[in-house]
Amino acid sequence: MNDQGNILFSGVGGQGILLASEITAYGLLRAGYDAKKSEVHGMAQRGGSVTAQLRYGKKVYSPLIEPGRADVQMAFEMMEAVRYLPYLHRGSKVIVNTQKILPPAVATGQAVYPEGILDELRRRDIEVIAVDAFELARSVGEGRTANVVMVGALSVFLPVEGEVFAEIIRARVPERFREVNLEAFAAGRKACQ
Amino acid sequence: MTHDTTQGLWLSGNEAIALGAYEAGVKVASGYPGTPSTEILENLCTYQGVYCEWAPNEKVGLETALGASFVGARALATMKHVGVNVAADPLFTASYTGVRGGLVLVSADDPEMHSSQNEQDNRNYAFAAKVPMLEPSDPSEAKEMVGAAFRLSEELDTPVMLRITTRVSHVKGVVTKGVREEAPVAIGIEKVPGKLVMLPAMARKRRVYVEERMARCKKLAEAYPYNRIEDGDRRRGFVTSGVSYLYVKEAFPEAAVLKLGMCWPLPEEMIRSFAATVGELIVVEELDPFLETHIKAMGIPCRGKELIPNQGELNTAIVREAIDPASRPQLFAPVELPNRPPNMCAGCPHRGIFYNLSRMKLFVSGDIGCYTLGFLPPLSAMDACVCMGASVPIAHGMVKALGEGSHDKVVSVIGDSTFLHSGITGLVNSVYNGSAATLIILDNRITAMTGQQHNPASGGTILGDPAPSLDLEGLCRAIGVKHVFTVNPHDVVETRKVLKAAVELSEPSVVISRAPCVLLPEMKERRPVSYFTNQDNCVGCMSCIRLGCPAISWTAFAEGEAERRGYRATQKGVSKIDEILCNDCGQCASLCKFNAITRGEGKK
Ligand SMILES: Cc1ncc(C[n+]2csc(CCOP(=O)(O)OP(=O)(O)O)c2C)c(N)n1
Ligand code: SF4
Ligand code: SF4
Repeated sequence: MNDQGNILFSGVGGQGILLASEITAYGLLRAGYDAKKSEVHGMAQRGGSVTAQLRYGKKVYSPLIEPGRADVQMAFEMMEAVRYLPYLHRGSKVIVNTQKILPPAVATGQAVYPEGILDELRRRDIEVIAVDAFELARSVGEGRTANVVMVGALSVFLPVEGEVFAEIIRARVPERFREVNLEAFAAGRKACQ
Repeated sequence: MTHDTTQGLWLSGNEAIALGAYEAGVKVASGYPGTPSTEILENLCTYQGVYCEWAPNEKVGLETALGASFVGARALATMKHVGVNVAADPLFTASYTGVRGGLVLVSADDPEMHSSQNEQDNRNYAFAAKVPMLEPSDPSEAKEMVGAAFRLSEELDTPVMLRITTRVSHVKGVVTKGVREEAPVAIGIEKVPGKLVMLPAMARKRRVYVEERMARCKKLAEAYPYNRIEDGDRRRGFVTSGVSYLYVKEAFPEAAVLKLGMCWPLPEEMIRSFAATVGELIVVEELDPFLETHIKAMGIPCRGKELIPNQGELNTAIVREAIDPASRPQLFAPVELPNRPPNMCAGCPHRGIFYNLSRMKLFVSGDIGCYTLGFLPPLSAMDACVCMGASVPIAHGMVKALGEGSHDKVVSVIGDSTFLHSGITGLVNSVYNGSAATLIILDNRITAMTGQQHNPASGGTILGDPAPSLDLEGLCRAIGVKHVFTVNPHDVVETRKVLKAAVELSEPSVVISRAPCVLLPEMKERRPVSYFTNQDNCVGCMSCIRLGCPAISWTAFAEGEAERRGYRATQKGVSKIDEILCNDCGQCASLCKFNAITRGEGKK
């Protein structure tokens, strides 16, 4: 992906997807692209499945990614990596946090969490980049920075210098969380280089 | 989150509207939260020199803005699409009185019903109330159009509606910053009863003015800068507005397009001459055939809803494939997965009430808020939910129809903010006309569903400054309810006793369930101690599982595992509490009869 791209963020409400998509958008804007991002607020945020859609290019009209046209998916939870399959195409990249969050039906014993779910992607020639973001975040000292670990992983594949993202984190994140977020970003980046 | 970039500011449509209103010199803004409109006032209130407030409902919000306009101030009212139903009464007559300072009503529609109970198309309100409506396509245009709307309002002496949709409100894009202008009208009292007192004699005169005004507006629309023709391949010409314009531009980048930034009234001559130059006229719009119907009424042939869906949102692919079915690509089919619906937070006070209701064999007349999630399994304890405030009169109507002795078959459940929005009059009616179905008010000290807005009972203003906190118990008593109970919903067992006693009463009763939403800042600051399961004591009765708390999960035993681990052979599994997710409410512990759930010493 070079002069335009579509990035789909998916996960579970409360995982910090909005912040991750914001940092990514800032990076692309800094690199001189036009961008639009679409989010859904409200009901969908109470622990439900959520998405954000980010599009960039020379000039972006529609804020929505067309089915079959997401070049990269950032999945913050394993099952959520597969839920939006119709948005992907052969050769799409899916960067997936290998964390499992049990949906209500699974937690209450009514359904089971599907095993080997990422093979559904690989079988369709979708490139899967698995990142244990929660573990990496914990290793830098703060499990809640898993979303920034994910941005670090994504940054490797974007037409934006890594240093630009570090600058953004320095500018946007409150002082006391700054260092740990920079480390989280670096850890995610390293995991994918 | 705003961000300066070399291109400009990176803002959501709602943030851009707040900036646009600030730059337009808006003085007073009022409204009621509702997705996707909420962030407009949440952002506007951070600017200096603008008075902002949360009104108890949309009608009050619009009337407040109207009052500000009557003394010459530029005033804004914001609400979601269904909020305009509530504010429709003042809207239709404000159309007659007109304004002094510019008055803009933002209607945030929600095609696809991401967070709404219906997907009504509020362009119809502009037609019905006879007011102009502007419709931006993206955040940048949204900002510009707020200023344009204020100018139009003053020029034509009319309220102006600005209609946005979820994909404008919650889309971020690059916006150019401007400077705040001084509003042109001097603020002060001016008595013009002929214009402001809408008794029939005066209203009839203003009725004539309304038609003159709309005729003038129609003329102005012909040369309005936001109505423009983008020339291109004329074999097909598209007429479109709002976010649909963006999809047309991507699906058919070469085509000629007439973009209508003012979607009411329509520039008839412009449309007619555009139609004359194109091979075929196609109208692309979300939801109702609004433009199409009015264009057809002008006698201009066009196609619209025979191609484009009239339900849900559009996107580039839908537009392209509706017009060129052959362009449909092969897509991966979705894979069957367990659903992930939203759920009440761990420790949510509403859960305790709905757990009890799920076991009480009552018809639960519900309302709108986080608590509507009590409908979902495993609680499955809501049987009706229509619109804000409806829970109370629906229960009353049911009891009246069911007849004598049916008061203990139905309860209504409503949130604090929703009760103050439009539940009070329902309770007045139940008392006045004598029906005794119990009303449960879920007072979680905030308007939670839309993201933590203060309300008249929560003790804070939109800025978080202290405000009087309405006494719900006192209000219910003043209405004439003799039996008012207050419960702590986290004590599930005790709450059940009170609910049972209240339901049995043959006189009106109210149970106020009071415990704060766990997302309140003061609740987030506390370090909740976690409960945990003593798995040795767990007998697998699933009492706690039936709460549906996201912190509690069930581990099913494999063949023979129960015995191997020292449980009864018939035990199916054990439950476990995730200590990181637990929010220390104690509901599960109050239900466990086997001492398998106890409160820990400290977090982690
Ligand atoms: C007329 C109307 N206005 C606004 C909304 C959006 N809305 C739905 S519920 C709600 C308030 C919920 O607050 P509350 O009753 O206190 O319940 P909570 O979410 O706190 O549990 C709002 C603002 C709506 N659905 N209808
Ligand atoms: S936000 Fe508050 S009211 Fe809503 S589900 Fe969570 S705890 Fe309950
Ligand atoms: S105490 Fe029990 S019900 Fe309450 S949040 Fe913790 S696990 Fe959930």
